[in-house]
Amino acid sequence: MMDGDIRRNTYSDGTQDALTGEQRIRNFNINFGPQHPAAHGVLRLVLELDGEIVERCDPHIGLLHRGTEKLMESRTYLQNLPYFDRLDYVAPMNQEHAWCLAIEKLTGTVVPRRASLIRVLYCEIGRVLNHLLNVTTQAMDVGALTPPLWGFEEREKLMVFYERACGARLHAAYFRPGGVHQDLTPELIEDIDAWAVRFPKVLDDIDGLLTENRIFKQRNADIGVVTEDDIQKWGFSGVMVRGSGFAWDLRRAQPYECYDEFDFMIPVGKNGDCYDRYLCRMAEMRESTKIIRQAIAKLRVEKGDIMARGKMTPPTRGEMKTSMEALIHHFKLYTEGFHVPAGEVYACVEAPKGEFGVYLMADGTNKPYRAKIRAPGFLHLQAMDYICKGHQLADVSAIIGTMDVVFGEIDR
Amino acid sequence: MSEALTELGNHIAAKRPQAVTGWEIAFGELTVDVVPGQIVAFVDFLKADNACKFSSLVDITAVDYPGRPRRFDVVYHLLSMYQNHRIRLRLALAEQDMVPSIIEVHPSANWFEREVFDMFGLIFSGHPDLRRILTDYGFRGYPLRKDFPTTGYTEVRYDEVQKRVVYEPVKLVQEYRQFDFMSPWEGAQYVLPGDEKKA
Repeated sequence: MMDGDIRRNTYSDGTQDALTGEQRIRNFNINFGPQHPAAHGVLRLVLELDGEIVERCDPHIGLLHRGTEKLMESRTYLQNLPYFDRLDYVAPMNQEHAWCLAIEKLTGTVVPRRASLIRVLYCEIGRVLNHLLNVTTQAMDVGALTPPLWGFEEREKLMVFYERACGARLHAAYFRPGGVHQDLTPELIEDIDAWAVRFPKVLDDIDGLLTENRIFKQRNADIGVVTEDDIQKWGFSGVMVRGSGFAWDLRRAQPYECYDEFDFMIPVGKNGDCYDRYLCRMAEMRESTKIIRQAIAKLRVEKGDIMARGKMTPPTRGEMKTSMEALIHHFKLYTEGFHVPAGEVYACVEAPKGEFGVYLMADGTNKPYRAKIRAPGFLHLQAMDYICKGHQLADVSAIIGTMDVVFGEIDR
Repeated sequence: MSEALTELGNHIAAKRPQAVTGWEIAFGELTVDVVPGQIVAFVDFLKADNACKFSSLVDITAVDYPGRPRRFDVVYHLLSMYQNHRIRLRLALAEQDMVPSIIEVHPSANWFEREVFDMFGLIFSGHPDLRRILTDYGFRGYPLRKDFPTTGYTEVRYDEVQKRVVYEPVKLVQEYRQFDFMSPWEGAQYVLPGDEKKA
């Protein structure tokens, strides 16, 4: 007990000091969500508040649980691919990538170079899509209204690139085991390049709105600090790691696809707070733009097939018109599907939110025996209680924002 | 890559012979079979040992094999950001067995263990808060077990009369279709309609 504290004295006759109503205070429990605009989806947080200070934070998840892993067990490998678009629906193709890598690892398929470049190109577009959404909506959570409007304009352009590649703006189903579904037209490649030239200017604009903004800084700097020890204890990945000055990026540390031939930097933060994570995401978008331009330069030169033609992939249309075998193959592929040899693999990618992995258990049939989806957001959200403790109520939404959670992948 | 993994596998098996029952390298990944009772000490060893330094827990999940006497495999994935390698640990468990919780070593195991409990019904001993995590409040059954139907047992809807959400047994207008594409010439385990006489 300290000097300023309210004392409740007991006297020799057994009586006690009366307490006013204000003094009889107990902690207050509130529900944050499931319908809260700053919850980034359907998250229910049960917060125990001491005044405005968060004492305990219990996230209730699963409101968007669709049983993806159960459904996957009764569908063929190819039919399972679109489920991955619906996990982290902010950057769909990055998820598909992990699934394709898992299958390719088990079957030992080598992806043609052009397909590999296209995958890198679209993964980086996905990263920009994700970071644009995250940075700008997080800014909205802390009170800025303009950034989302500017950011979503660019997202719209990128979604058009998605659409021109595969026909869908969001649920692409474009990456396929063995390559990508169809080739990009030269015009599309040029248009993406033209966009990538202009995009840093847009980033500068958003930068000008937020980076030195006093309110934005006050709401984010020194909030939700993550140390190197926390990273290991809570299994963080992605920007949650890099924001704390730890240069860990799977694209560099355990290169997949053809990331090892690209020249890019890994931005890291210094203090590990929300503001540094924001800066990391902004810098990562610039690096992604660099990768996009490099990929385009390579794609201009590299012509060739976009699928490893074989049992896993359909024959070309022309071949189907002339060859009976090809026609049978096409029919069998889209009804029975391809068989994957028995074995277990874990394949992961550096998704925009962190390490997105697939643990695939194959039993030699045309359906996965068990597939576990490892979502980065699941671990990040788990640490909410730890990170939020002692912060103000208003900081909770800032922290959720920079953790970059999407419930498609957390609830699965 | 694989020499380094072989070396690591040998190192681990030599250091902890009582915990490791076997290890293998497949598809460039190291898998170690661990005695269930030893898992906490073993994970702690992997975290502390300088050659391993598996400081970060990536994933915990389970796989159900209804045909086996020890029905479940609990699978742990660990990552070392310092040594840049990964490892997979596998425990075989019967239905009534309890798994020691590794929360003391990796706090991040909390939700993963809750998820495995939720989906497979495996109990983690020493877990401070083993509630269901992904399924509905008051959900019954363990959905990722192979004997749980994909359609589930109950469905929910909002009842306009009672003004609340009601739970009802699943009613499907068409039976859930589980397609079997096994070729009848390649050892399908059933008789096609019309072929009964021959068999």
